[in-house]
Amino acid sequence: MRLPCPICGERDRREFYYQGAAVALHRPAPDADADAWQDFVYLRENLPGDHEELWSHDAGCGAWLVVTRNTVTHAILGAKLASEVAR
Amino acid sequence: MADTLTLTATSPCYGLLPKTLGTCTLTETDLGTLTSVAPFKGAAISDALKAAHGMAFPAPNRATGKTGARAIWFGRDIALLAGPAPDPGLGDLAALTDQSDAWACVTLSGDDAGAVLARLVPIDLRPAAFKQGHTARTQLGHLNASITRTGPDSFLILVFRSMAATLVHDLVTAMESLAARH
Repeated sequence: MRLPCPICGERDRREFYYQGAAVALHRPAPDADADAWQDFVYLRENLPGDHEELWSHDAGCGAWLVVTRNTVTHAILGAKLASEVAR
Repeated sequence: MADTLTLTATSPCYGLLPKTLGTCTLTETDLGTLTSVAPFKGAAISDALKAAHGMAFPAPNRATGKTGARAIWFGRDIALLAGPAPDPGLGDLAALTDQSDAWACVTLSGDDAGAVLARLVPIDLRPAAFKQGHTARTQLGHLNASITRTGPDSFLILVFRSMAATLVHDLVTAMESLAARH
């Protein structure tokens, strides 16, 4: 599997560290209610298909990426810098 | 009591290098002062670097300058100034951190240098894709490394100083197995 780092170009998977669904970019406000925090911390859709995930280009430029990966086929559909995706 | 204790600084690869095997030579390289330069948002660092040290701030995956004074792209929004002590004026535009003792720096040269690295590095380092002045942060074996092409058959390789012995071991093993094929 190769991931297209927007800074370094296409690189092997071994250079990256996986952090799971890209929910961390959508953190609720500090005063949000318990349900919002329950959703944020514990609940994941986990649907088969295209999935937005956080990957860190650990052994490369060090940037956090939002990678769109199909969880059924493992096809990589794109990658953006997390800093450009975050609210 | 007149005992004095004398401590002698040794280089990261002290006692390990140089080594020549087959067509390749691996030597330790003293790059001089190493300083990471992380520009503040919106700072005109490239002009200041050019005025102070004669080279532009490198674009991603590129190195500027020449032997003795290089700026090597070193990660997102960061470059490594290798050679001169940084001009203090740069401190207004970027976070400067002395890293001189933090990196093991070696040069791999010779006809088979590319073939040796091809056994260890997961990116395309052939001359068509990785030209002189190109650099990459990638892996060498299991080590996070900075690799820069400094000539048609020579590469500058940096890893964390604590990994110096592993770096030499991995490179020498690959050099030996390539030399054995000749």
